[in-house]
Amino acid sequence: MGLIPFARTPDYTRLVAKAPALPAGFELPLEPRLPRIGSVDAVALEARAAELAKRSIKREAKVFALELAIRMMDLTTLEGADTPGKVAALASKAVRPDPTDPGIPSVAALCVYPNLVPTAVERLRGTGVRVASVATAFPSGQTPTDVKIAEVRAVVEFGADEVDMVIDRGAFLSGRYAKVYDEIVQVKEACGEAHLKVILETGELGTYDNVRRASLLAIAAGADFVKTSTGKLPSAATLPVTLVMLEAIRDVHEETGRMVGLKPAGGIRVAKQAVQYLVQLYETLGSEWLTPELYRLGASSLLNDVLMQLRKERTGSYQSPDYFTVD
Amino acid sequence: MVPKGGWGIEMGPASPHRARRTAPSAAGSREPAERGAIDVSELEKKRSSAPALGGWDYAPAPESREVVSLRERYGLFVGGEFVSPRSEAWYSTISPATEEPLAEVAEAGVEDVGAAVASARTAFENGWSEISPAERAKYLFRIARILQERSRELAVLESLNGGKPIKESRDVDLPLAAAHFFYYAGWADKLEYAFPNRRPRPLGVAGQIIPWNFPLLMLAWKIAPALAAGNTVVLKPAETTPLTALLFCDLVRQAELPPGVVNVVTGDGRTGAALVQSDVDKIAFTGSTEVGKAIQRELAGTGKHLTLELGGKAANIVFDDAALDQAVEGIVNGIYFNQGHVCCAGSRLLVQESIAEPLVEKLKRRLGTLRVGDPLDKNTDVGAINSRPQLEKIRELVAAGEAEGAEIYQPPCRLPERGYWFAPTVFTNVAQSYRIAQEEIFGPVLSVLTFRTPEEAVEKANNTPYGLSAGVWTEKGSRILWMAQRLRAGVVWANTFNRFDPASPFGGYKESGFGREGGLHGLEPYLSFDGAEPFGG
Repeated sequence: MGLIPFARTPDYTRLVAKAPALPAGFELPLEPRLPRIGSVDAVALEARAAELAKRSIKREAKVFALELAIRMMDLTTLEGADTPGKVAALASKAVRPDPTDPGIPSVAALCVYPNLVPTAVERLRGTGVRVASVATAFPSGQTPTDVKIAEVRAVVEFGADEVDMVIDRGAFLSGRYAKVYDEIVQVKEACGEAHLKVILETGELGTYDNVRRASLLAIAAGADFVKTSTGKLPSAATLPVTLVMLEAIRDVHEETGRMVGLKPAGGIRVAKQAVQYLVQLYETLGSEWLTPELYRLGASSLLNDVLMQLRKERTGSYQSPDYFTVD
Repeated sequence: MVPKGGWGIEMGPASPHRARRTAPSAAGSREPAERGAIDVSELEKKRSSAPALGGWDYAPAPESREVVSLRERYGLFVGGEFVSPRSEAWYSTISPATEEPLAEVAEAGVEDVGAAVASARTAFENGWSEISPAERAKYLFRIARILQERSRELAVLESLNGGKPIKESRDVDLPLAAAHFFYYAGWADKLEYAFPNRRPRPLGVAGQIIPWNFPLLMLAWKIAPALAAGNTVVLKPAETTPLTALLFCDLVRQAELPPGVVNVVTGDGRTGAALVQSDVDKIAFTGSTEVGKAIQRELAGTGKHLTLELGGKAANIVFDDAALDQAVEGIVNGIYFNQGHVCCAGSRLLVQESIAEPLVEKLKRRLGTLRVGDPLDKNTDVGAINSRPQLEKIRELVAAGEAEGAEIYQPPCRLPERGYWFAPTVFTNVAQSYRIAQEEIFGPVLSVLTFRTPEEAVEKANNTPYGLSAGVWTEKGSRILWMAQRLRAGVVWANTFNRFDPASPFGGYKESGFGREGGLHGLEPYLSFDGAEPFGG
């Protein structure tokens, strides 16, 4: 019995409290408080996600969801082959997704690589659509921290409104959480007024427990949003993974009142999936989160399917894909 | 396209976050500004009550009733035919969600029950017990497949007559019912291998009395093993939910099962009593402990075989290291599944005191997202209470809980005006001595108690006359095993609740009954053996 009382002496508490790089509550919680890191039960989590995906969303409720999905969308192009011409075309699509229907809202943001930020900024000035840029050696993040910081400064200088950074999974998976945390803090600082989304790349984290841990770590370090994936891996956003992240966000809100956003990205290709993500959001975090300020859908091919579904709701029949622009 | 209300946010193309960009105080980090602005009392309010949902009305998504065509009247199913009752008595069965009458059903008297048992006896003696086991299996496989083929029709009727949400009858009751027939079909020609060195023989005619909470599933639990073992049956469905059993008779005919192998007699408790007293070889009963005791008294000394699956007051035990969000789902599933009309429902939540507060807050919040209403709506989570007497019983016990000093919580929800409804309810500050901690409520009512150590959890969990099921929530594998060894319950679920599988035996300790259903164990009560009798004999 010698060890346990010793572990609880005030000295130990003081040491933990002083540990500079760790967010509060990230080590052994000394008080019964949320958010504790806790754990996630994979079977029950997946069952709950599957249950929510079965909600049947019809008519008006569906139209709301689809319009909201557009307003929450980060229209994305992240290819080596991206050019100013391609980005300009996408920018037009972002502002007016369906030229035949002025009632369709603009998307939330256009998400591009750093070199394309100036083009995007120029094209989107005054339109209300924001410019998001990936940074910090996207998608791997395997680059020295000062290079990452320099990249973030550059995109902010180019005029990006939002920065999508990746965490250093190498550091995370080897247990160097402090490095991950420090890096996010520094990037956040470099962002200035720009909005910071932290990409966890959940497909590389291996377990739901790690997804929860990484979410809390990123939030503690100052993330405005946590984001699932780079979209560069075959396993990107899934409903269970986003549910874990929503629950982490909920715990933070319950504990501190702070509202953090979520962005599932990658693999969301059809309107039906988008509705499932919104149902999950609504039933986990409530209507306060049904806003582009707190939720984004990262997607490159989703928009046209949503437009097609909306037009079907309006006209009663499906139109040929040829009636929707390919950008 | 302008929204017609509901989402609580403006839908126009104007982008609200632009404003953030021009208001630097809130732009860089949302958090400090928000934090500063948050009024503590506001936060407190959010924490303490806060149902998460407001605003978004899902449009109704009703499953069509068109797939079901009901007759005006259903006779008794005896010898492969629907016959009018000699008692000449009929009663009307309703939808508990609307109180709308659905059909007239026969009320079988003593003579009717006698005729049904005689028909089962004839079928047993003239062929069914002697046909090759593989043939028996063939019929059971056929029934299983027809159940799957007609599952939508049966699911809709189950929800209509019983009040349970369509998503449950569609995703739980029907798939499990078919799975039971498939499972026992597989045993029919392997009985000799199932019980090595013992020669299994069918008992004869089994009288089976089932409850109203899972009408078709309980039918499957009863009929599938009985037929697989070579018996014939007379089944009495519950008074309030006879319709799926009567529709099942159509399936029996469709499968060309020999006449008299399955007979169905409808009626109230008197019909059940008549069946118990009739010339059957075995009674299998699922229902209340009170009736179970009466049946046991009645059968004492008659030599008839008996299995009882009775009430429960299961403890769902959550340790402080459990995955909390998933535990909350398990608690909700444990007690609000099927409106709490589940004998193995996790009606007592035992939570380790160190996490009681956050867990109960999470639970209350989750309750706010439960959708109570039309059982046929695909988005309904909690349906109608099965009958008026049951509703009154729930109300009485809830009133007793309040009077005894427990703290009640019900999320705000609008209940339909017609029909039988009860809002999901949580009682906190419950003492072990309160009626709501002791008696089976059989409704959507959860009693929350706390414990400090694993020993105390076991002691409290076992401190009940019942012993049907229990749940343990912890991330520690060794503790799961330690608990499972000590809990006096027929089923112990670990990090899940209300999971059923035809291969897994189910049944009780103490006043929750004896005998097992499901798995190999579920065959034994329908067989006799050379030499020693197995339990339940």
